[in-house]
Amino acid sequence: MAQVSIVIVSHSRKIGEGLVSLLSQLVGNDVYLNHAAGLGEEIGTDATYIVDVLQGCPTDTDLLVLFDLGSALMNTEMALELLPDEVRQRVHIVDAPLVEGAVAAAVAARANLAYDEVIASAMEARTTNKIM
Amino acid sequence: MLTTDAFIRFVEAYASRLADLQGTLNKLDNQIGDGDHGTNMARGFKVAAENLAKNPGSDLGAVCNTVAMALLGNVGGASGPLYATIFMRFSALWKGQSSVESGAIADGISSALEGLRARGKAEVGDKTMVDVWTPVSDGLRSTEATDTALKAAVATATSAALETKSLIAKKGRAAYLGERSVGICDPGSISSAVFFEELMDAAAGGVERTEWHKLVS
Repeated sequence: MAQVSIVIVSHSRKIGEGLVSLLSQLVGNDVYLNHAAGLGEEIGTDATYIVDVLQGCPTDTDLLVLFDLGSALMNTEMALELLPDEVRQRVHIVDAPLVEGAVAAAVAARANLAYDEVIASAMEARTTNKIM
Repeated sequence: MLTTDAFIRFVEAYASRLADLQGTLNKLDNQIGDGDHGTNMARGFKVAAENLAKNPGSDLGAVCNTVAMALLGNVGGASGPLYATIFMRFSALWKGQSSVESGAIADGISSALEGLRARGKAEVGDKTMVDVWTPVSDGLRSTEATDTALKAAVATATSAALETKSLIAKKGRAAYLGERSVGICDPGSISSAVFFEELMDAAAGGVERTEWHKLVS
């Protein structure tokens, strides 16, 4: 099993669900994936939902959060303040484009890389050209 | 002075103002944001008021915490964590207390401002609620905290909110508009000014409300 879990925080539940589906195709059951996306049925993010999802991740993994827009980050940071130390210490918020960064992270995680290498992979998505 | 009961009534009153101003706030947010500030705030504070009615809480700390949690789960945009931070700061400072005097209210506002700046990373001039909370906090710290000072803070908040009209947005969705955000008041600043109208009226009484729907385009 991978050393990292990946959590998607998006304003849109459909984006969260869709991206997790996409990532599942790449990693199967080898990497724990989940999303804390949407505010119920509405567009938005919810710090308490993010807390629940992070607490539900395997406790022997580092938790990488990828997010879409500004207030998703704000709510994730808020969630960190609400989490017990034991969980908070394992959370890393990744400053990378959501889809491309998550895909890179998933692949790296499946290769059993440690969290810092997975984050580095995700962050390469910031500058990688998609059209050759 | 604010007792636990008076604070609960403040939350209910604010929720009611937000319901009335929903359209006005949305209209502003439509022009320089994503159009939902009024809806989000009205929904969040409605749930907060309902949760308080079901479970009033024994002291100000508990009440403020209940409000914070309701906002996090029901407001959605940046306003959720920002307004929740305000109530979390109040909760920490007023823990275990069943009433607070003007001095403690002023301290709460200062602490809340610190929390807002840390959370949203906005500075004065960015065209956000910080443009209202900063002069209000500064004003209260520069003088002895009395009922008069609390009421004067409402005027400070009101003019600060109206002055956001001339600013270029540097934060939030409005920042994507740059100079096109000039000429429209920041909706979060207006909802903050209304917040102070209700808070100070609950604490000191006799606050005149601005007819915001007439003033802001």
